[in-house]
Amino acid sequence: MRITGAKIVVETLIEQGCETVFGFPGGQVIDLFDELYLSSDRIHHILTAHEQGAAHAADGFARATGKVGVCIATSGPGATNLVTGIATAYLDSVPVVAITGNVPCSLIGRDSFQEVDILGVTMPVTKHNFIVKDIRELADTLRSAFKIAKSGRPGPVLVDIPKDVQTAEWDFEPRPDPVRPYPLTFASENKLRRAAELINAAEKPYIYFGGGIVSGKASKELLALADKTDAPLGSSLMGLSAVPYDCPRFLGMNGKHGHYASFAALTEADLVIALGVRFSDRSAFEGDNLPRIIHIDIDNAELDKNVPADLAIEGDIKDSLYRLIPMLGEHEHPEWSARIEELRNEERRRYALADSRRGDIAGKIAPHDIIGVVSSLASEDDIIVTDVGQHQMWTAQMYPLRKPRTFLTSGGLGTMGYGMGAAIGASAATGRRAVLFTGDGSFGMSLNELATAVSQKTPLVVVIMNNGVLGMVRQLQTRFYDKHYSATTLARQTDFVKVAEAFGAKGGRAANADELRALAEEAFAYDGTFVIDCAVDCDEAVQSPLRETD
Amino acid sequence: MEYKQYVIGVIVSNVSGVLSRVSGMFTRRGFNIDCLTVGETESAGFSRITVAFRGDNDIRDKILKQLEKLHDVKEVEVLDPNDTVIRELLLIKVHNSPATRQDIMTAVEIFRSKIVDYSPSALICELTGETSKIDAFIELMKPYGIMEMCRTGIVAIERGDNCLKTMKQL
Repeated sequence: MRITGAKIVVETLIEQGCETVFGFPGGQVIDLFDELYLSSDRIHHILTAHEQGAAHAADGFARATGKVGVCIATSGPGATNLVTGIATAYLDSVPVVAITGNVPCSLIGRDSFQEVDILGVTMPVTKHNFIVKDIRELADTLRSAFKIAKSGRPGPVLVDIPKDVQTAEWDFEPRPDPVRPYPLTFASENKLRRAAELINAAEKPYIYFGGGIVSGKASKELLALADKTDAPLGSSLMGLSAVPYDCPRFLGMNGKHGHYASFAALTEADLVIALGVRFSDRSAFEGDNLPRIIHIDIDNAELDKNVPADLAIEGDIKDSLYRLIPMLGEHEHPEWSARIEELRNEERRRYALADSRRGDIAGKIAPHDIIGVVSSLASEDDIIVTDVGQHQMWTAQMYPLRKPRTFLTSGGLGTMGYGMGAAIGASAATGRRAVLFTGDGSFGMSLNELATAVSQKTPLVVVIMNNGVLGMVRQLQTRFYDKHYSATTLARQTDFVKVAEAFGAKGGRAANADELRALAEEAFAYDGTFVIDCAVDCDEAVQSPLRETD
Repeated sequence: MEYKQYVIGVIVSNVSGVLSRVSGMFTRRGFNIDCLTVGETESAGFSRITVAFRGDNDIRDKILKQLEKLHDVKEVEVLDPNDTVIRELLLIKVHNSPATRQDIMTAVEIFRSKIVDYSPSALICELTGETSKIDAFIELMKPYGIMEMCRTGIVAIERGDNCLKTMKQL
């Protein structure tokens, strides 16, 4: 059938299994939006308040489901507004297809109204990007975009479509099925055998896992590996939710803001089995006394990139573990296990000490009480989302996560303002409730998306840890900059409850745990968006395993 | 650390933007390029890029892996300098004067260079060869007054029947 380019886009999206897209219209995507209007019974478009929200929503959609998230924006500012969202997805390996309109081909390169070279702008933050100047290539280019986004290590792909390509007509034949990813890379048998030898010889093994376990759906294999090797598990920020928080072997997140026991065990291990991680600089994996490292990852370029491994294996993580496990003996390391227990006791002692030093602060709620109250009311299927800053680390450290893909956070890029869009996208994708932990700083960057949450009737509980400061930076200023609180004291007079109400959401303020509980009960019973403004002391600090206490 | 020069051949899809993607990867990841050339291949759909850079084995491997990740890159190979024909083209314009003319002509002859333009005040020499030969010739021309020069950067191809081709090309 001969149809317009705009209709080809919509038909290809539907063919690729895309039922929901996030976007914001504009002059150069008006044709595409016309087709979305005509096909609204087959594909649902969610209008966000800002294109950045649409990009984060597509990201949240993808993280919550593993499917490709799609966002649409117009040329120029619409396209550049997507960039932070695309970069966020790129750093955290999230499959997103971003579609942008552009000025007609004849106007490209002439600094036309709302023209920007979005291909050039997004080249460093996409897995790949395309501009389609020939309508005959439109459908297959979009198919390629989906294929690239979901193959191997996932990531964002941008497709730029000039307006005249949207209005031109060409033949379109729908394909019966979505494109399949490129074939998996399988680890070499020899390398797996060598890994097994190293693991069988280790006395103090430690399994360090990351987001690759979540996106590679390898939680079961991970736990089996830990059981067989009698090894503790520690995760990167991106690895959280891959195993239940109360799994006896799980020591929690490691790295600069991780759990003490998880961090300390890593430094004492004689073999680190690193699975689906990229050794980010936040992992605190540095120095000369590194243990032996086996590193397995789907992305060959991550191997030996940040930390040299003794054995680097490129391969799909689930398949690699599935084949590796039978090569291993049944191990028990009683001395190592006893040492781990000591470290856990030391961790408990440190946290208790920090708590006792802190004491109760009148009119303020302790972060762990906020997380405790909220998590006691949330269901294990609720999707926990964070923004970026202290609240993010507190949530990562303390929230009892149970199921993969229930924890969405901007780990690599550290994007303040990520949370609202991601929560809306995740809830739209799953129909489940999202719980956003945010700070007054981060929320200030994305609260416009309350408009979207309300219009979409998103079941969303927003928990603001409101300390009146940009706490993470302030914490650094306290320690390293002689308490020069440069630009971190907000001194705002924003009334978040009124803000919530003004947007059509519900809201309430809590200054102690009892008030919070009452409000949270109301919020979780409410079928819509509810904002809870929690008073937190400005001197609350995120504990670091690198030092005793702050 | 002693760095050595590596020469790699890269087969890429012949699409717009591919040179930006390849050169941008080097910039973005902090790798330095000595020179980069790009041109057509025997297959219409593909271009061949030759990149020379300095580094150690670790840097070399990182560059190869990052290049292999680019969607438009179809084949990457480090070329063994002992088994590769490496050539570069130089065009150099020097002052022409009766006093120096004969010396320049002698150098041109010895280097098997060619004079491709001649005017009373300037002459242009063309020289093809390995980088070291080009460098030596330029050094030799300096005293005569180099007015301007232009070199292509290297192109390289393996000796024997080893070919850098993608499956699609074959």
